[in-house]
Amino acid sequence: MSELVERGAAEIARDVNAKRVSAREIADAALARADAVDERVGAYLRVLYDIARETATRVDERVARGEKLPLAGVPFAVKDNMCLNGTRTTCASRILERWTAPYTATAVQRMLDAGCVPIGKSNLDEFAMGSSCENSALGVTRNPYDLGRVPGGSSGGSAAAVAAREAAIGMGSDTGGSIREPAAFCNLVGLKPTYGRVSRYGLIAFASSLDQIGPLARSVEDAALAYDAMAGHDPMDSTSIASEVEPTATALRNDLRGLRIGIVREFPLDPLGAEMKSAYEQAYRDLEALGASLVEVCLPTAEYGLATYYLIAPAECSANLARFDGVRYGSNVDAGDVGTMYERTRAAGFGPEVKRRILIGTYALSSGYYDAYYVRAQKARTLVARDFAKAFTSCDLIASPATSCPPFALGAKSDPYSMYLMDYYTIPMSLAGVPALSVPCGWAREGGRTLPLGLQLVAPHFAEALLLGAAHAYEGATKHAGTYAPSLVAASGVES
Amino acid sequence: MSAYEAVVGIECHVELKTRTKMFCGCTNAFGAEPNTQVCPVCLALPGALPVPNRVAIAQTLRAGVAFGADIPAFSKFDRKNYFYPDMPKNYQISQYDMPLVVGGEVRYWLEDGTTGSCPLERIHLEEDTGKSTHAGSGDGRIAGSAYSLVDFNRAGVPLMECVSAPALHGAAEAVAFLASLRRTLLELGVSDVKMEEGSLRCDANVSVRLVGTSQLGTKAEIKNMNSFRSVHRAIESEIDRQIALLEKGERVIQETRGWDEIHGVTHPMRSKEEAHDYRYFPDPDLVPLEISASDVERMRAELPELPWQRFERYTGRYDLGAKQATQLIDNPSLARYFDRVVELSRNPQQSTNFVLGELSRLANDTGTPVADSSIAPEALCELIALVEGKTINSKIAKELVERMWAGEGSPRAIVEREGLAQTSDPAAVDKIVEDVLARNADVVADYRNGKTSVAGYLVGQVMKASRGKADPQLVAELVKKRLGAS
Amino acid sequence: MGERIDVRYVAKLARIELTDDEVVRFGAQLGALLEHVNALGELDVASVPATAQVVESRNVARDDEPRPSLDREIVLDEAPHRQGAFVRVPKILVE
Ligand SMILES: [Mg+2]
Ligand SMILES: [Zn+2]
Repeated sequence: MSELVERGAAEIARDVNAKRVSAREIADAALARADAVDERVGAYLRVLYDIARETATRVDERVARGEKLPLAGVPFAVKDNMCLNGTRTTCASRILERWTAPYTATAVQRMLDAGCVPIGKSNLDEFAMGSSCENSALGVTRNPYDLGRVPGGSSGGSAAAVAAREAAIGMGSDTGGSIREPAAFCNLVGLKPTYGRVSRYGLIAFASSLDQIGPLARSVEDAALAYDAMAGHDPMDSTSIASEVEPTATALRNDLRGLRIGIVREFPLDPLGAEMKSAYEQAYRDLEALGASLVEVCLPTAEYGLATYYLIAPAECSANLARFDGVRYGSNVDAGDVGTMYERTRAAGFGPEVKRRILIGTYALSSGYYDAYYVRAQKARTLVARDFAKAFTSCDLIASPATSCPPFALGAKSDPYSMYLMDYYTIPMSLAGVPALSVPCGWAREGGRTLPLGLQLVAPHFAEALLLGAAHAYEGATKHAGTYAPSLVAASGVES
Repeated sequence: MSAYEAVVGIECHVELKTRTKMFCGCTNAFGAEPNTQVCPVCLALPGALPVPNRVAIAQTLRAGVAFGADIPAFSKFDRKNYFYPDMPKNYQISQYDMPLVVGGEVRYWLEDGTTGSCPLERIHLEEDTGKSTHAGSGDGRIAGSAYSLVDFNRAGVPLMECVSAPALHGAAEAVAFLASLRRTLLELGVSDVKMEEGSLRCDANVSVRLVGTSQLGTKAEIKNMNSFRSVHRAIESEIDRQIALLEKGERVIQETRGWDEIHGVTHPMRSKEEAHDYRYFPDPDLVPLEISASDVERMRAELPELPWQRFERYTGRYDLGAKQATQLIDNPSLARYFDRVVELSRNPQQSTNFVLGELSRLANDTGTPVADSSIAPEALCELIALVEGKTINSKIAKELVERMWAGEGSPRAIVEREGLAQTSDPAAVDKIVEDVLARNADVVADYRNGKTSVAGYLVGQVMKASRGKADPQLVAELVKKRLGAS
Repeated sequence: MGERIDVRYVAKLARIELTDDEVVRFGAQLGALLEHVNALGELDVASVPATAQVVESRNVARDDEPRPSLDREIVLDEAPHRQGAFVRVPKILVE
């Protein structure tokens, strides 16, 4: 393995800008790495050899012309629910298996503008619906820390790519935890920004009022650089926030002095088991040791988050996915009349989880149930958001577990509801639209394996600088990310 | 007299005249090559998002203000869910419970000049669908077609839906309502409102009830009406059908019926979605709209004179007939011209005579609109002044209009140059009369033998001898006087 | 709350053909999810406004300025069925 693939985004950008290494060399190393390991990891649905090389060459030309690019030559993975002009963009669904996007998502374009080089389109749970990547119709992605386990989801492909050193940055999207959970499972930093901070234009919608693009990286600094590149107002997205973005990469801090960090009363650690409990207790102590004062905060409605989410997100998705009808693009099953064509196309094109969510959402919106389900969920959402607003009057940040268990074995969760529970700790933040991240916080031993855990940090709206700054201090003091690399990093190859 | 009365409500969809579509930057123009005015947004490509057109919102609000409606402080867009091949997202972005415009009324007038008003329930903003052409059925109809071809150019064009209260009594009122709505939207410049191009489409809800009762009867919704004339015929035919049913002791059932232009009847039409469960919910891709009272005030202040106001001015202050007033209102450039002439001349009657008379005839004959002709309102006023001051008579005036139209310039200059001023000097005119009578001794003899009708002929001869310049009244007087003297 | 879902009706609205097996399986799974979701009934939300979106933006709109459209060939190339300049669909049943 080339040492180049071990480098993070900050280091790569520094060196490419200084012409100590070329973007092309970095891209070739990432592509070679993908060739070497991706058959086993399955992070990418497609590796973009030509585009990567061409883009890298253009980055080198820009650098040669004297441009200073914040992410010069940084290889990144693009979750395959984001459009990149001229490439297949499938959402890991049969229904889009052969669709080529004729335009580029704004967030992806911003990464390209910042000098990033796309290595591949990464796997996900179909239409970003899932927490393990197992709902992909187009491939299996494995956790680089244990190839028998899931990488998390839905941004599992991007997480696995970054953890396996097939990219330095992964672009993910988070609707109820789809960046934070795979970040935790793959020992990465994963940030879900404030809703509206990163443009959704070109992100294939799952649930419009919740979807948010964010970075996955091996360090907080890299995540901050990527966030700074992708965030900002986009006139193509009506929900994009117009206000200035506060840069985060320049706001990284090394201590937490003066910060009050809220520990959520409703998230007790006992149910997580002894091992996780002690890991999170240690994490909270580490925050304190960095100068933070811990305070108890209440999120009384948090326990209703899951129920709220599983009405709102499916309701929105039932409409968002109506456009996949076999008329203008995508796969199609012929039939004698258009109605039957729709029904067969969608029956063949969508996997079971997508169908379940479309059905539940359709039901929640249907005549006679709308008020009891959809409207009630929207009101519950108000309460969840108020909980956070109130909590942030007594603290600056909130800390909690990112997941309720370490990465689990492929196929372990066959019941849909047990999978939905995976997002228990991350959903309330999505409902409230507040920024939240997962940062590596230690390890759990399970079945003879050492598995990564993530600490979730949450901030008020638009306080990404504070959030990433604090995560940076925690990361610097604990260095969990670096203590154990995935077995794949060893040249000898694969465990189990 | 019929024991039944009709109650009609109109729902119409009006395509707004914007440069671009409702939620994307594709051009909004009629008649482009199929599928050339499409983009990721209006084709509902994966990942595309809508951003509303500021002008379309402003136009809808302006229409609302013009109809005297309330503009709620808060409004939002909703998704209306149903599958149809020419609707790319398989939901329509529309407005459900918080439309941009609530209430208001359309004031209208009938051919005989009586005026009326129909309350509006609401006006909301939505997006149009694409256009399907049905093939294989021979007649282009959907029933029996083998397949359909879809053009998405129209998908996403801003569409304003206006819903009237069921408060129109019969076909004539319904058409008058539509005509007034159309004139108002034209005046505001927010739509071309052309039924033949589909920029105005309307459905009618028709029911009948016994005269003297107040409860509404069961309604039928009539679709497929492609002109004002077909609206009129369809409503009349439907009213007749419903009355006939009731008179036979049968019931009217609530349904959608299509108008068959050829056979002149409505026929039952099943809906396109078997289950009408539109599952409206707020569109999470769009943010709410807040409209301030001051914005509404400003829009109100900026309204032009509206067609019904103009109708009242013309028929009231200017004493025009309903037909003349309508003629002017339906020709905005002519009306502007007319208004300017009245303003300058302060003589509505003469202005009407010239503008709707000679000028309109010339415009018709030459194909040049009056407003674009070489007769400026100022020049016409000069002419009116010449007539008013009896400097010229009406015959000369007519001749002058033709010459001015041909570009000969100021009427006063022509009159002066060619000495066309009316001869009103009694002595001079009497001299001509004397000459003419002398030359027509036989006619004079006829007169004196009791054939008094020849006087007119003699007056005409005098006018001719004066080259039209003599004051006709004076001529008549003097001819009579000389004939009377024996 | 608590009704059994008429999965066939919902699937018809959602335009997804289901096998008999799927009707049974999805019916059970959705029923189970609704059990959990019914917990929302415990919340007193009578006087709580609904949140459709967490952003507080208002009046986001664009100027009425044309932007380029897509090339027709690129559009029609993606269509499962095209005929000339049109997208072709099977017959539309007037139900
Ligand atoms: Mg409508
Ligand atoms: Zn468009």
